Amino acid sequence: MSVDTVGTRTDFPAEPPEHPTAPYLRMERIPHVWCPGCGIGTVVQCFATALERSGVDLDKASVVSGIGCSGRAAGYLKLDGFHATHGRAIPFATGLKLGRPELLVTVFSGDGDLSGIGGNHFIHAARRNMDLLVILINNFIYGMTGGQNAPTTPLTAKSSTMPFGNFEPPFNLPHLAASCGAPYVARWTCLHIRRLTWTLEEAIQRKGFRLVEVVAPCPPLYSRLNKLGTGLDGMSFYHDNAVIKHGADTRDLGIDFQESIVCGKFVDEEKPTFSELMDTHYDRVLGDKYVPMAPEGGWLHE
Amino acid sequence: MSEGGRVEVRVTGFGGQGVVLAGHIIGRACAIHAGKNATMIQSFGPEARGSACSATLAISDGEVLYPYIGRPDILVAMSSEGFEKYRDELKDDGILVYEQDLVHPVVKEGQRAYGAPSTRIAESLGRAIVQNIVMVGFFGATTGLVPVEALREAVEHSVPAGTEKLNLAAFDRGFEYHKNVLTQPALEVDRPPLEGAPG
Amino acid sequence: MRPDPAGVLTGAHYLDGDFACGEGAMAAGCRFVAGYPITPSTEVVERISRRFPAMGGTFIQMEDELASMAAVVGAAWTGTKAMTVTSGPGFSLMMENIGLAAMMETPCVVVNVQRGGPSTGLPTMVGQGDVMQARWGSHGDYEVIALTPQSPQEAFDLTIDAFNLSERFRVPVMFMMDECVGHMTERVVIPEPEEIDVVPRVLTDKSPQEFEPYSVNGTEIPEFARAGDGYRFHTTGLTHDERGYPVMSVDCQETCVSRLLDKINDNADEIVRFEEEGIEDAEVVVVTYGITARVARLAIDLARAEGVKVGLLRLIVIWPFAERRIRDLARSVGAMVVPEINYGQLVLEVERCAGGRCPVVSVTHGGGGVHDPAVIAKKIIEAGASRT
Repeated sequence: MSVDTVGTRTDFPAEPPEHPTAPYLRMERIPHVWCPGCGIGTVVQCFATALERSGVDLDKASVVSGIGCSGRAAGYLKLDGFHATHGRAIPFATGLKLGRPELLVTVFSGDGDLSGIGGNHFIHAARRNMDLLVILINNFIYGMTGGQNAPTTPLTAKSSTMPFGNFEPPFNLPHLAASCGAPYVARWTCLHIRRLTWTLEEAIQRKGFRLVEVVAPCPPLYSRLNKLGTGLDGMSFYHDNAVIKHGADTRDLGIDFQESIVCGKFVDEEKPTFSELMDTHYDRVLGDKYVPMAPEGGWLHE
Repeated sequence: MSEGGRVEVRVTGFGGQGVVLAGHIIGRACAIHAGKNATMIQSFGPEARGSACSATLAISDGEVLYPYIGRPDILVAMSSEGFEKYRDELKDDGILVYEQDLVHPVVKEGQRAYGAPSTRIAESLGRAIVQNIVMVGFFGATTGLVPVEALREAVEHSVPAGTEKLNLAAFDRGFEYHKNVLTQPALEVDRPPLEGAPG
Repeated sequence: MRPDPAGVLTGAHYLDGDFACGEGAMAAGCRFVAGYPITPSTEVVERISRRFPAMGGTFIQMEDELASMAAVVGAAWTGTKAMTVTSGPGFSLMMENIGLAAMMETPCVVVNVQRGGPSTGLPTMVGQGDVMQARWGSHGDYEVIALTPQSPQEAFDLTIDAFNLSERFRVPVMFMMDECVGHMTERVVIPEPEEIDVVPRVLTDKSPQEFEPYSVNGTEIPEFARAGDGYRFHTTGLTHDERGYPVMSVDCQETCVSRLLDKINDNADEIVRFEEEGIEDAEVVVVTYGITARVARLAIDLARAEGVKVGLLRLIVIWPFAERRIRDLARSVGAMVVPEINYGQLVLEVERCAGGRCPVVSVTHGGGGVHDPAVIAKKIIEAGASRT
């Protein structure tokens, strides 16, 4: 169908066919809150596709978000969804996972939420190798509150609280996670739809603390404050400046203002999770006396 | 509501001597094995590891309402620093029970003092660490506050599993030390500290 | 229903209040505890971390109290009974997610072994200065339930009640111990499992299609579905409708928040607990709680010896407040005397409820110790004298 025929078609079905992602979304909540050109919706789509392809039992999949634009994702995914407090998605998810070990628990939140106010939880969950899939949308800014400086804002980039440009060195998040022991660390931009989907599909099958960072544009704030154009311009920038280097040294993954963004899978190793370490240790030191928590949760009743 | 017949005890020594365990055993003997009420409070923080760690007990046939002690009826001193810190609060007719190699007691007229070489007794059993249990046995014999069987049961329930035999032996040695050696209360009135005297 | 016997250490024990609280939690069926070390509460989790591996429980020492409370709320949504334990400074950090627990209507228990404050204050010494914080500490309007034990035995018994109340009303319950009770060792008798009542987590029997997480249908407490049972529900700290979806409107705020308040206030008579002694002919009533109630009894003896007719109202549940009882008493007694180890917190509630019908005398103590009974007795005698 060419562009000039739009509006002249008459053979639309009475009911439009269901969107393929609809079964994974709370369609009654659509339209969502995200701005035109925002990358978060793309990542939700990729995650839903990855869930479908991986064939996991969706009844046993939970998603936990903190606060912020990305933090709204838990509200749109048709899973058990928990919209927790600012920065606390990871510890909330830790309780959820340990309270019912059979769950697949995904944390879906933003850079400010997970690495700013929640930074301490981030490093400790990585250190413990808590069995969580963490999808971190990095748009370099606090979007929900109006474009303030984030721990990820590149040097010299402008934000509403660094109107003359940021002078604080930002986090290199893959390196932060990897150096705390995370066994699975990857980064894509939201232009890399297929690769991101593959990565998420793979990450769902892995265990332990898995970080998938997704660089995404924020057209009304980050892009506007820094005169970077529209969402489409953001995509063009990713197209021209994203460099895929699987296995790259995570020390080299810092992001400079409008410089190249190294993408790929940087860490993928097998490591015992917190729960596995606990089980193995107590089995060894306590033997028959050790009673692990049941997969479906702690003592309930009947 | 009565606190009638209330007896107050302070156990003191240096951190690592098992002061709190000694207090716990006496309290447990009263509260679990002898039908009394006993409220124990112990030192916390740096004090618990320092040179004058202490545990206090309020023991009563009735209800213990006020958990802290005022002037104790009995002071069990297992270190010199502990004794120096708490000696003035002992009641005028109180009883001092002490480690005789470590504490040089000064008591007022009307107070009674009973010393035992509890560390040496413990060492003779091969483990200096049970000094506190020797002292609990000696305490039981000298004060008569709790039936000996209650104290023995409390020792048995309170020490680490596998060490019951050793600890009960320590307890018995402490208890017998009084019965066998001190046929009458040793009364040392206003004896000046023996400066530089060997243990 | 009866508890899981694995968590019940039946027998007579010589335990401090902290250990007894831990035993109470395990007897109540608590199987998830997250905490961060802080004096004088740490013994609770030390006890639990030693016993949990044998009963299918998980303890995790989190990186801070923010995380501890968040993890407790998360675990509670799996149906596992969950608790955290702290003292003043940690309690302050937990307030954010105590608010979340209240807003999400999450059953859980928060133990605060109170020490002297403010700030770092007196880490190893007693205080009762967090009783208002327990009620008002998180932002916005919500209600909680708070209990105050006076002995290690009550630390055991009331911890079970705290869990039961949290299940019954789907609310975070504040277990407001104090350092003195937490660190005193006394006889604690733990009954046989058959003699202990625990309220189970009742799961909805609705189908996922008909279930809405905050639909109440005329009742005040919604039905509960746990994560992982196919309900695919959503819950949020934002103001939400029956589906648990955020709705930013005046109407939704009114419906959502008023029910958080009503479910506790409308059931206050069921929740409120107190104990009375010698109230019948009392001219003066001492109103107090926790360790101070024990000390006040000695003061009452002293005052009675001076001929004052004085009774005791010991609050066991401090939130919701024993409003109706205080109102009634204020009509019949000459004065109320309120000793507490703070500079006058719950006395404000007593004054509010007395409504000027009788004088209310605060007996303050800054913390670090308990009152001298003679000081309380003097206030009782003065109050009695001004009456005659």
